[in-house]
Amino acid sequence: MDVALDDVTVEIAGTALVRRLNLTVGAGDVVGLVGPNGSGKSTALRCIYRALEPTTGTVLLDGSDIGGLSLRNSARAVAAVTQDGSPELDFTVTEIVELGRYPHHRGGAALGRRERDVCAEAMHRVGVTHLADRGVLSLSGGERQRVLIARALAQEPAVLVLDEPTNHLDVRHQVELLSFLRTCGLTVVVALHDLNLAAAACDRLAVLRDGTVADDGPPSDVLTPDLIDRTFGVRPDIVRHPVTGVPQLVYHLGPDEPTPGGTHP
Amino acid sequence: MTTTTRTPVGHAATARPPASRPGTSRSGTATAVAVLTVALLGSVVAGISLGSAVIPLPDTLRYLGAALTGGTIGAEDVTQYSIVWDVRAPRVVLAAIVGAGLSVIGVAVQAMVRNPLADPFILGVSSGASVGASAVVSFGLFAGLGVYALSTAAFLGALLASALVYAAAHTRAGLTPLRLVLTGVALAYGFQALMSVIVFFAPFGETARSVMFWMLGSLGSATWQSLPVAAGAVVVAVVTLLRSGPSLDVLAMGDESAAGLGLDTTRLRRMLFLLTAVVTGALVSVSGAVGFVGLVMPHLVRIVAGASHRRVLTIAPLAGAVFLVWVDLASRTMFAPRELPLGVITALVGVPVFVLLLRRRGYLFGGR
Repeated sequence: MDVALDDVTVEIAGTALVRRLNLTVGAGDVVGLVGPNGSGKSTALRCIYRALEPTTGTVLLDGSDIGGLSLRNSARAVAAVTQDGSPELDFTVTEIVELGRYPHHRGGAALGRRERDVCAEAMHRVGVTHLADRGVLSLSGGERQRVLIARALAQEPAVLVLDEPTNHLDVRHQVELLSFLRTCGLTVVVALHDLNLAAAACDRLAVLRDGTVADDGPPSDVLTPDLIDRTFGVRPDIVRHPVTGVPQLVYHLGPDEPTPGGTHP
Repeated sequence: MTTTTRTPVGHAATARPPASRPGTSRSGTATAVAVLTVALLGSVVAGISLGSAVIPLPDTLRYLGAALTGGTIGAEDVTQYSIVWDVRAPRVVLAAIVGAGLSVIGVAVQAMVRNPLADPFILGVSSGASVGASAVVSFGLFAGLGVYALSTAAFLGALLASALVYAAAHTRAGLTPLRLVLTGVALAYGFQALMSVIVFFAPFGETARSVMFWMLGSLGSATWQSLPVAAGAVVVAVVTLLRSGPSLDVLAMGDESAAGLGLDTTRLRRMLFLLTAVVTGALVSVSGAVGFVGLVMPHLVRIVAGASHRRVLTIAPLAGAVFLVWVDLASRTMFAPRELPLGVITALVGVPVFVLLLRRRGYLFGGR
């Protein structure tokens, strides 16, 4: 299922957080949103998972306006891993994952066999099966993030939206999460801070600046020293990954940076 | 993150054992409900039998049987029968209703504002009711309504206060938890000030005392006539909330996650607000503001039943009912013939129990 933001503007209290933003994500593509703090990444994502209505413009799922769907129906197609943090209540991991069935399930009947299988499969895919009966508040940040992804998978969505999912994760969990996104087979829209991980994980990057798309294309086209300088205000050197060839950014901290030769030159 | 077996096995080695929670399985919940139902029936009978004048259990049961089945009693039993059926029975049943209602509304309010410190009175309901009540006690407002003047004024005060809180907290972005809490707390101070002014200018010296006693909660005015409205409100609350159990679980995930799961959070909060205002208003109008039950019962139930709202809402009304029946019994027997306000007992008994349980069971609310 493909997703498109068509000329989306979001104004809150007179301030435009997102301005005439256009973005198309093809079915099965992994597209990263990158940009500085306050550039509108989260706002754009919130329009896709219906936490926010665009002031003008539309969000399209396979060409039809998502605003025409009930919240429940769009949650059957689009699942989100947000930055809410953990709940205050100590739900078990299984209970959290089973909430992924909420948009499919009307009324109060217990989950059927197939639905429980879907949840078990989702937990297996992200490796949290052994945590099934644990309370979510006793988990580590990495475990908790995987539980939220299992919940999103239990929604059986076509589109997965993630808002800075690697925050607070150690490097192993960051790498595992992004490699999972590459192989999960869903249409993925993910906001990321780490440009190097974004370059490695995404088919395409959309660079946001002041609420609109400043550049959009494969990482090797987008990640240029000039564009990074214009967008983030720092000028990196770009090198190629020795194995995969994707562009990676390295930064020079200035004359005081220690050099391999020893102390200051 | 991948499907290799390494990840699960590697983590299992360091996994802590799951906390034991007797009520978390379906059979555990059924057991808890059965035990609490029996306990409630026993508590009600005990509450009716015991008091400043103890009526022996066989006699109590005989009178209750006679009243319920339309049987006859001897002329020499009339006084005791009247104590059992006209005085104590409605009072004990009202205790059960109020305890059940405050407990489930406590769960609803804590879910609505996502705050463990919230209780049914956080929306200004009790302080609004106290304005109405103090106006009646001080100046004889609604005198035409006779014995119903106090509860009518309290109910109207509660609804008016809730409406003001709603109007002040509502924005174009809907009802946000923090705004609701802040508005409720701020306006509650305003209503309390208003109540103080009314009491201060009251023509009778006893007024402050009566208002304070009412504020702290009492079931002394319970009659069979005062029960149906409160009972109806509590039944509606329990049924509605049980139906909303999964939605309350989703709301607990946070508003962003809830949107992603297809929940209309504003609509759910509106429903919870209306339910809280009406049901709490109805309870406060017949019992005053019994503190602590609505704050603590949800936590106590979660300690044994886990977080799932459907389980908590199944067990909480029964637990709250049992608790308040015994609290009421204590309030009228500890210093008989004087009565203590219910709020005093709920705090004196409940606080230490709550603190002990919090410390012992590794109960987690909002992290460690």
